[in-house]
Amino acid sequence: MAEAGLVLEDVRIMLGNDVLVSISAEIRPGEVLTVMGPSGSGKSTLLAYLTGTLAPEFRASGAARLNGRPIDGLATEARRIGILFQDHLLFPHLSVAENLAFGLAQGTAKRRQRVEAALAEVGLQGFGPRDPATLSGGQRARVALMRTLLATPEALLLDEPFARLDAELRDQTRSLVFRSVRDLPVVLVTHDLADAAAAGGAVVDVRGRRL
Amino acid sequence: MTAGFRFLPSVTVLVLAGPVLAGLVGTLVPALSERGAAFRELAAWPGLEAAVRLSLVTGIVATALSLLIATALTAGWWGTRAFRMVERLLSPLLSVPHAAAAFGLAFLIAPSGWMARMLSPWATGWERPPDLLIVQDPAGWSLIAGLVAKETPFLLLMTLAALPQAAPGRSLSVAQSLGYGRVAGWLKVVFPRVYAQIRLPVYVVLAYSMSVVDVALILGPSTPPTLSVQITRWMSDPDLSLRHQAAAAALLQLGLVVLALGAWRLAEIGVARAGRAWVWGGQRRLAERSVRSVALVAGIALAAVVVIGLLGLALWSVAGFWSFPAAWPDALTGRTWTRHAADIHAAFADTALIACLATILALTLVIGCLEVEHRHGLRLRRGGGAILYLPLLVPQTVFLPGLASHLIWIGWNPGMCPVILAHLVFVLPYVFLSLGDSWRAWDIRFATAAAALGAGPARVLFFVRLPMLIRPVLTAAAVGIAVSVGQYLPTLLVGGGRIATLTTEAVALGAGGDRRAIGAWALVQTAAALLPFAVALFVPVILARSRRGLQGG
Amino acid sequence: MRILLAALLGLTTAAHAQDPADWDAVLQEAEGQTVYWHAWGGSTTTNAFIAWIAERAAETHGVTLEHVKLADTADAISRVLSERAAGHDTGGAVDLIWINGANFAAMKEQDLLFGPFAEDLPNWALVDVDGKTVTTDFTVPTDGYESPWAMAQVVFIHDTADVPEALPGMDALLAWAEAHPGRFTFPQPPDFLGSTFLKQALLDLTEDPGPLYAPIDETGYAAATAPLWDFMDRLTPVLWRQGRAYPQTGPRQLQLIADGEIDLAISFSPGEASAAIANFELPETVRTFVLERGTIGNASFVAIPYNANAKEGAMVIANLLLSPEAQARAQDPAVLGYGTVLDMAKLEPADRARFEALELGIATLSPEELGPALPEPHPTWMTRIEGDWIQRYGVSD
Repeated sequence: MAEAGLVLEDVRIMLGNDVLVSISAEIRPGEVLTVMGPSGSGKSTLLAYLTGTLAPEFRASGAARLNGRPIDGLATEARRIGILFQDHLLFPHLSVAENLAFGLAQGTAKRRQRVEAALAEVGLQGFGPRDPATLSGGQRARVALMRTLLATPEALLLDEPFARLDAELRDQTRSLVFRSVRDLPVVLVTHDLADAAAAGGAVVDVRGRRL
Repeated sequence: MTAGFRFLPSVTVLVLAGPVLAGLVGTLVPALSERGAAFRELAAWPGLEAAVRLSLVTGIVATALSLLIATALTAGWWGTRAFRMVERLLSPLLSVPHAAAAFGLAFLIAPSGWMARMLSPWATGWERPPDLLIVQDPAGWSLIAGLVAKETPFLLLMTLAALPQAAPGRSLSVAQSLGYGRVAGWLKVVFPRVYAQIRLPVYVVLAYSMSVVDVALILGPSTPPTLSVQITRWMSDPDLSLRHQAAAAALLQLGLVVLALGAWRLAEIGVARAGRAWVWGGQRRLAERSVRSVALVAGIALAAVVVIGLLGLALWSVAGFWSFPAAWPDALTGRTWTRHAADIHAAFADTALIACLATILALTLVIGCLEVEHRHGLRLRRGGGAILYLPLLVPQTVFLPGLASHLIWIGWNPGMCPVILAHLVFVLPYVFLSLGDSWRAWDIRFATAAAALGAGPARVLFFVRLPMLIRPVLTAAAVGIAVSVGQYLPTLLVGGGRIATLTTEAVALGAGGDRRAIGAWALVQTAAALLPFAVALFVPVILARSRRGLQGG
Repeated sequence: MRILLAALLGLTTAAHAQDPADWDAVLQEAEGQTVYWHAWGGSTTTNAFIAWIAERAAETHGVTLEHVKLADTADAISRVLSERAAGHDTGGAVDLIWINGANFAAMKEQDLLFGPFAEDLPNWALVDVDGKTVTTDFTVPTDGYESPWAMAQVVFIHDTADVPEALPGMDALLAWAEAHPGRFTFPQPPDFLGSTFLKQALLDLTEDPGPLYAPIDETGYAAATAPLWDFMDRLTPVLWRQGRAYPQTGPRQLQLIADGEIDLAISFSPGEASAAIANFELPETVRTFVLERGTIGNASFVAIPYNANAKEGAMVIANLLLSPEAQARAQDPAVLGYGTVLDMAKLEPADRARFEALELGIATLSPEELGPALPEPHPTWMTRIEGDWIQRYGVSD
């Protein structure tokens, strides 16, 4: 049986001669690796590396494996890594339900029921036909989370997903997210200590130093 | 399949540069044959000096005036309710074909035109039209007026497109808080950054104004005509040696455009230097009140001239006998429309077919290029961007005749296909310029989010990016169609006269002077160019009526 | 290489056209062909007439006729010339050209025409060969290389509200123009009608028209044209816009009369004024006149380029244009108002009746009033005085 979880093996990302990221890590299913640092420190470069959207001027070395599968060189859509952004990025031309259906794999049976169930799971029954622009921040975060999970990812990246929410909502959403992704390896990028504390796993900076 | 798109930027460059370069060669060869005999004959043409002067003066003056009005309007009124009104009045004018606007203007300002009719005889005392040389005046003033009416909206919209990057609101507030007037503040802090971005469009206007054929045929003088009109005449003369002369004149035309662009560049440097001195001087105001009122009056007048001109066309198309100085025809009749219905119908169908196919091809290439840029980071950089402007900067009279000869030589019979491809050369740059910024401004994280949900590049393109960008895509399509509808010379020369579009028919009728027929044709021509804009405006509204997140962009 | 390309692009066609003498074979070959008729497109009435011919051609012979509307006949000739320069000796873009005068002389001289065919057309038997100038074109023998379809004669259009009486000659015209500055103009040469005005003036002012019917003799040119340039020197400053701008075409003058800008204009079509009145393009007070010493007349022809793609179809159109039905329609002032080339005596009574039934129109002169037409001078004269006029008056602002 291959190794389970997300493994980063001596990953180095360079821009010219500057080393922006240098990290090694093993994140088992259910573990969270929190990467902290001020903005501009290379956190989003690491996420771009993991999603396969690194701009051509960057050079990366090392290897990343997900459940034993090398993911370097794979297209974003073939990696099975989900990502949540702080802006949630619901597609504005689709309804809430259509956004969720977009995440479901093609050929999935009973799409409608699956979408309804997902909405119910996060307390948004009946929100399917709604325009995403009419949702509150917390509702949007929940829809984005369910859209990501419906795509059945094998790992999850969180790009400051709680930054735009006010304090009370942030706690609720945070616990919802971590509850929902119990058996996935998660990489959380944040500059909020409370996020790191709630995540409960190891906390490192982009050079792999433990904080 | 992603790799399959990589050739698209090369195809696009070929589509843009190929015809221009091939056409230039086709012009160079006859011009230089027989050891420059063509140039000697050109030099012996008695009208040469006047034609050259006319091309230079009308082109430069029209460009300078258009830029001046567009700049004064934004400097004096940007952000106000009046500005939005003028913007709304002028924007549709952009798509009114040049020929139709020129006909409308001619009907309005001629000594027997609508303006004189409305003022006669009660105000002017004229029982008969005065013998005044207004339209087709030897100095080219009416030609300049026609060009300014069309180019001011173009430069205004180019300015508006460039504004967001210049963040004018904050800069202007800072300047105003330091005690600067609106106009002086704008010119000192916003205009330099905006001009750097609209420089190429300004050059396009200059090259176009110096070499336009259809507007010059309608409004320009004829004793002698402008150089480009004379080139077109020589090109269609049965005497083959005149073609060599036409080729020589075309090269001269190219030289004139290069010269004028060079002179303009020098003037830019001079103005910039003077502007720096002006900034150092710290003057807080620049005749604020007069600049603002003159600019507003000029903007409204330009819009009014074109709109009233088009109304005049509409009235003539249903007029019975209508003598001077009556302000209204003796009777209204649908006869002109019934007489021309069949022809208009046929020409409309061909015009629509050419415009739609050229636009679809252009959109495919443009979106393809932008996708390649997005997927592989292969961006049309500085050089590529300049190639977009190549067909717009090299005058049509310079390379189209050579291109037409090439097509005949390789045995490609005139017909739809070559005309559509010739239109593509001019449609493509405008579609690219219209769509490029919105496409690149799209939040790329939507693509990442969709891909992370398992969507491949094609699904991202067709189900996320295109639907979200439906408004700019449709606007670009409308721009493409309007550009195609307005093309005169490419249709005439490459189509070998066989392809009758609304524009070629209207300009051919213009020679006959039948105002009723011209009115009907020019109106349909205008409608063909405006209709797609209406569609581009309303379709997204209907599609997005339940999607608030789409309505802003 | 070019031949290969031509073959690849499917441009090959029957190298030899059907002999017009075997008319049934021509008809058979013509069926299904598309004929591109290159004809001036600046006149809405002519365009409508050609559209009617197209309907008839489709109904009776299965020939599709496409009117390629030209701004200038020369466009079609330069098209044929460039095709020959490129080696396209078959499958050309032009099948039929509305032509006459210098354009015909140039094409015939350079062997750019198909034929002879005209005198083998079935309807040629009805043509008035003796009474009308249908076998010479500007003194150049047609030799069957072009087929006539309409007669034209110079008339002057005047608004009787302002010019009550006919003007007997060019001297009278000059005197009237000097008394009424800015009220007369003519289309700008090299427009065909403008050049015709120059020739008409030359013919009317010259003592001896003999030399005008032979190629220009350099020694006599200056003396022969001196009266014309004296006349033009006096006329130009009193023209509309002081001669600093001109209408670009004939029909443009009609709009100027309707606008009240001018009172007098030249026309090459005796029925044009009546047709224009019917179309609201001219006031009802307009009439026409001819000069006492006569006015220039000529025939309009159609010719077929040597490399035309649909020669049989083109001949069918040429023959259709000569049919009594088409000729009577062309003469109807409500349609075109062109003179017929047919001989009434050769027609069947029923066909003759078509012509007799025509209302010539309020402003159209009867054949007797028109008088005999003066033949066109040799084409070298037109080219030369056109060039000299441009030099003297056409480029000075």
